Amino acid sequence: MLRRVLVAAVAASSLAALAAGCGDTKDDKSGGSGGSGGSGGKTLTVFAAASLTETFTRLGKDFEGTRPGLKVRFNFGGSSTLAQQITQGAPADVFAAASGTTMKTVSDAGDAAGQPTVFAKNRLVIAVPKGDPAKVHALADLAAPKLKVVLCAEQVPCGAAAKQALAAAHLTVKPVSQEQDVKAVLTKVRLGEADAGLVYRTDAKAAAGQVEGIEFPESAKAINSYPIAALTKAPQSALAREFVQYVLSQQGRAALSAAGFESP
Amino acid sequence: MDRARGRPPLVLMLPALVGLVFLVLPLAGLFVRAPWGTLGTRLGQPQVLEALRLSLVSATIATALCLLFGVPLAWLLARVPFPGVRLVRALVTVPLVLPPVVGGVALLLVLGRRGLVGEWLDRAFGITLPFTTSGVVLAETFVAMPFLVISVEGALRAADARFEEAAATLGAGRWTVFRRVTLPMAAPGVLAGAVLCWSRALGEFGATITFAGNFPGRTQTMPLAVYLALETDPQAAIVLSLVLLAVSVAVLVGLRDRWTGAA
Repeated sequence: MLRRVLVAAVAASSLAALAAGCGDTKDDKSGGSGGSGGSGGKTLTVFAAASLTETFTRLGKDFEGTRPGLKVRFNFGGSSTLAQQITQGAPADVFAAASGTTMKTVSDAGDAAGQPTVFAKNRLVIAVPKGDPAKVHALADLAAPKLKVVLCAEQVPCGAAAKQALAAAHLTVKPVSQEQDVKAVLTKVRLGEADAGLVYRTDAKAAAGQVEGIEFPESAKAINSYPIAALTKAPQSALAREFVQYVLSQQGRAALSAAGFESP
Repeated sequence: MDRARGRPPLVLMLPALVGLVFLVLPLAGLFVRAPWGTLGTRLGQPQVLEALRLSLVSATIATALCLLFGVPLAWLLARVPFPGVRLVRALVTVPLVLPPVVGGVALLLVLGRRGLVGEWLDRAFGITLPFTTSGVVLAETFVAMPFLVISVEGALRAADARFEEAAATLGAGRWTVFRRVTLPMAAPGVLAGAVLCWSRALGEFGATITFAGNFPGRTQTMPLAVYLALETDPQAAIVLSLVLLAVSVAVLVGLRDRWTGAA
């Protein structure tokens, strides 16, 4: 009898865990973050573009420092994926995207509280392995047929920007691969598998030592804007607005420009 | 025997049903949300057929490679006692627990243009594997082979070794025993392993995109196409997933009827 009860309890609890896990893309108990009204023990959930990983992690730590008991959690990923997760009801407080179009899908769905604010800009550079073995100096060099070039796929912001920059330079580049995000391009260059790739200036900077970033004038034709917005369904709407203000503040700007972002 | 029949106990039926629903419901979701109206036009796109063809071809070659190398490896683990056999078995199963993306990076470190073996391949033969269809096959083989090895090894262990001994006492050499006795006895396990292996290779994403990259017609398999379609056009991603699902179910059901009907 006891055993039967035990088994039923296990089954029931796993069912509950299942149900709890269903609505959640993150591993935290977002229920705990949402309801509690006290000042301590709150969790702020920020969905941010992968290229913001280093900068936002630092800003998050600093923001936590100003509000004792607060925990900032990040979900870094491709902007389009994050936008989808948000419009499908993922419990997020703030969204920072790597392009206006991905933010637009969120605001079009009525999920952004107020007008999104552009907080940073980023431009492309040519990333080459350290020492530049293939002797790449300018964007036009990427069109060389023997060169192994990797780009982001056109479906993701960095790929769209690459396409725009190449079109502005009237160049046709045949990449060996169209990667799913900018970090994947960087990995291929870092390991020397690719002779060159187009990545954001900030990514090249973060990987300095393993890759070299070569600036090119055509990048001015394909500058990415990074908009940020607090979300309408934010469990922590007040904190969400404060975090957005913090990113837009002097401190936020300083951290962003240190990472290689341009101010809007 | 009679006690094993009777009504199935609720403690088993309830979790079994929960499990079933949990597995089937997401698939149902795909069907419900599929854009049935535009299905035809979306399927006719050449990129879809290209990705499908590439997926089927590379998964099949990968399965062949797994059989070629995996069956002897399973035999080694099951039949030849050697020191460190447990360690080797553990190593063989590592790709099972390794995140496929890490597997892809590991492959790059070894077989990449600047990798331990790859650098030599490039210099001596001018062969570079990343960004090629061969790279896709290698990535899939790496991820799928453990499934085959485990399945075949299990079958070999379950098979009665006395038949092999009898064959040996009758004068058959070890290769003959393997070919005429061991392999036929383990056939269901080999087949199950191959099917598992093929399915895993067909769905492979992480190691493939990391090691072989993504280029339509050359390395963009269906899972890669699905992932990128998700970025901009979730409906297209659903269609692609349904195609992959339909094809794999058709192949597996076909195999089951033809070969494993008895198993």
